Amino acid sequence: MATMAAELPVERRTELIRRAAARVGTSILVLAALWGLWEGYRWLWIHEGWTWPFVVNDTTMPHLHDIFAALWGSASPGGVGPRLITVLVKGALFTAKEAAAGFAIGALGGFALGVLLAQFRLLQRGLLPWIVASQTVPILVVAPMVVVWANPKLPDSLKDWGAVALIAAFLTFFPVTVNTIRGLQSADRRALELMRSYAAGDWRILWKLRFPAALPYIFAALKISATASVVGALIGELPSSIPNGLGAQIINFSQYYTTQPRGLWATNLIAAALGISFFLIVLIAEKLVVRRAPENLV
Amino acid sequence: MSVVEISGVSKRFGATTALEGIELEIGEREFVSLIGPSGCGKSTLLRIIGDLIDPSGGKIVVNGKTARQARKDRDYGIIFQDPVLYDWRTVAKNVALPLEMARWPRQKRMARVQTMLELVELTGFENHRPWQLSGGMQQRVSIARALSFDPALLLMDEPFGALDEMTRERLNMELLRIWAASGSTVVFVTHSISEAVFLSTQVVVMSPRPGRISEVIPIDLKQPRTATTREEPRFFELVTQVREALHLGHDLERAAPATSQQAGA
Repeated sequence: MATMAAELPVERRTELIRRAAARVGTSILVLAALWGLWEGYRWLWIHEGWTWPFVVNDTTMPHLHDIFAALWGSASPGGVGPRLITVLVKGALFTAKEAAAGFAIGALGGFALGVLLAQFRLLQRGLLPWIVASQTVPILVVAPMVVVWANPKLPDSLKDWGAVALIAAFLTFFPVTVNTIRGLQSADRRALELMRSYAAGDWRILWKLRFPAALPYIFAALKISATASVVGALIGELPSSIPNGLGAQIINFSQYYTTQPRGLWATNLIAAALGISFFLIVLIAEKLVVRRAPENLV
Repeated sequence: MSVVEISGVSKRFGATTALEGIELEIGEREFVSLIGPSGCGKSTLLRIIGDLIDPSGGKIVVNGKTARQARKDRDYGIIFQDPVLYDWRTVAKNVALPLEMARWPRQKRMARVQTMLELVELTGFENHRPWQLSGGMQQRVSIARALSFDPALLLMDEPFGALDEMTRERLNMELLRIWAASGSTVVFVTHSISEAVFLSTQVVVMSPRPGRISEVIPIDLKQPRTATTREEPRFFELVTQVREALHLGHDLERAAPATSQQAGA
């Protein structure tokens, strides 16, 4: 890393450092502003005794520093047992496994389906409405059914979490399919004519022209799917009473909310961090993979 | 032997007749320009020769084969008004694209790309992205790409139409140099009379509604053409001849509705 940086010309290196510093600075400012908004709102509502839209107190809106402090406190109310952050990170890792598997299944399946529907228009006209309809089915209703159907068929190593991964995949594949179709059909008409003049077959045109042209569209979908897969995993855990994930912690802490509100807020924080890291991984992958003219980035 | 033989070709789009009764023969190593006002079907004719669209009637023979077979044998190099480069590929990889399609081995491909970039004077830009180049340079990349697999027939659809006059004249000179070096036959669509006269061995003047060939004018300016060719008296004579042929076609077009009105009345 150090040698790589040393090979860059000095002005380029300082430029990169300046830009990175600016980005970190902006993030800190935004976080500080959000912190200020929360605490300011809290102070104003308590000070003025306002009750609309809800009464503000330590239960409804705990201090942010209290929420962070709670992470280092004990998980159970009695003050015994492991730290809350240990419990939550363990749960987050379990949920991350489900979400990652679901994301992989959904992204690959969604892409394959998109390719199929883009290549065969008849199939697209017949199937696409049903694929859209599939997304209107409430996931909370389907989730327990998927667990009941899939679990008996899954090997022991995949029990429970494998079923939740399928639920996450169900939320993941749809944007990928829709954007893959759109992206594959976005190739320039004259570029297609060129391929035709090179006597290229359908599959070579797909791989050499349509797929690279579709990549910005596909990544736009993957960014949506990355966070959707985390939501899918959390929702999948709720009705299937899987104890190891963040979903169980959400149920647990919402039951104790009146006595220990900071627990649920802390869980929320960790769940958000999980979704953001999924998003960032896709963002980095996009930066590495997609090489397009600035005006062709979606 | 002629490279292209077109007999009785017509093309209809719905109710409109884009081309009618096209007869044209293009010999080996000729540089033929198709010129005419918009809507005369010159681009359509080019696309029919290249088997990008089918004619409604008539027959096309390219190198003794059907147009479809010629396309499958990769006899065509096509250049559009826009360079149509793949922006996810480097300049070198863009030039190599048709070679990849023809399944050339990697080593041979890279050697040929070097030769082609030398030909269009873009050595050193191999690893640039298309959008980092100027419009004229991009169009030279697209010429290198079209010539990379030595097509027998080069089809150019207003390739310099989007460029400024200076770049255009420079690329005209380069095109002639490349044409002489590569030994291919060129069919060139243009709006510009002087460009057509300067470049061609034959100018095919077309008129619209329905698109047909009104005159074929052989250009007897001596080869190779140079910057001073544009200043020769013969050049101006030929430009005038093409212009008059164009206007004649235009007048015919204006006369046509008048007679039909009379017939209707």
